[in-house]
Amino acid sequence: MNITKNTEGKTLNIALEGRLDTTTAPQLEAEFNQSIADNTELILDFANLEYLSSAGLRVLLAVQKTMNKQGKMIIRNVNEVISEVFEVTGFSDILTIE
Amino acid sequence: MKELTLDATIENVAAVTAFVDEQLEQLDCPMKTQLQVDVAIDELFGNIAHYAYNPEVGAATVRVEVTENPLAVVITFIDNGVPYDPLAKADPDITLSAEEREIGGLGIYMVKKSMDDVSYEYREGKNILRIKKNI
Repeated sequence: MNITKNTEGKTLNIALEGRLDTTTAPQLEAEFNQSIADNTELILDFANLEYLSSAGLRVLLAVQKTMNKQGKMIIRNVNEVISEVFEVTGFSDILTIE
Repeated sequence: MKELTLDATIENVAAVTAFVDEQLEQLDCPMKTQLQVDVAIDELFGNIAHYAYNPEVGAATVRVEVTENPLAVVITFIDNGVPYDPLAKADPDITLSAEEREIGGLGIYMVKKSMDDVSYEYREGKNILRIKKNI
């Protein structure tokens, strides 16, 4: 999985490419732990993310909780497979998906 | 039938996925179906890697079979680790808020929802978990 990030003021944009799974989720978790402290807005771009498993959901839940305290988080460009995962698990009610 | 036996480690999830995808591609499996199967592999082989032999490392076998009428792929995960029936776990409450959420059990729940059949048996010292997905 590739992680691309850029910051505009207090907004952190992170684009993911590849697969967010058991193998790669720790990489994203480390990135969040390192980068989100000073941001009030986190925008995740899933345009090039193929799928995510429960390991990815765990990381998204943790960062959503953090962003609930310090601002907001938005997920964009979710594909059909990922959208179904969010629906089935009830994450579509927890996350803000545009 | 094709079979792959390798160490049950997180590093080997990618090898299992590639092995199964190769079979699926020969069946002209739709991309969406393949990605759902790949997620199931991550959950199930990932579970074996994390728990079956912990803290040791042991082997697991992944078997891919194709059935016809309707065309389906049957994938069987076999390990000799501690007996564990993931299907015995209650489904997670998916209506809770972010603060109340617990993540345990979500993986197997996703597998149950996305596959056409999931079954488990413990036989002759082996965990045998089987998933079926119509193509």
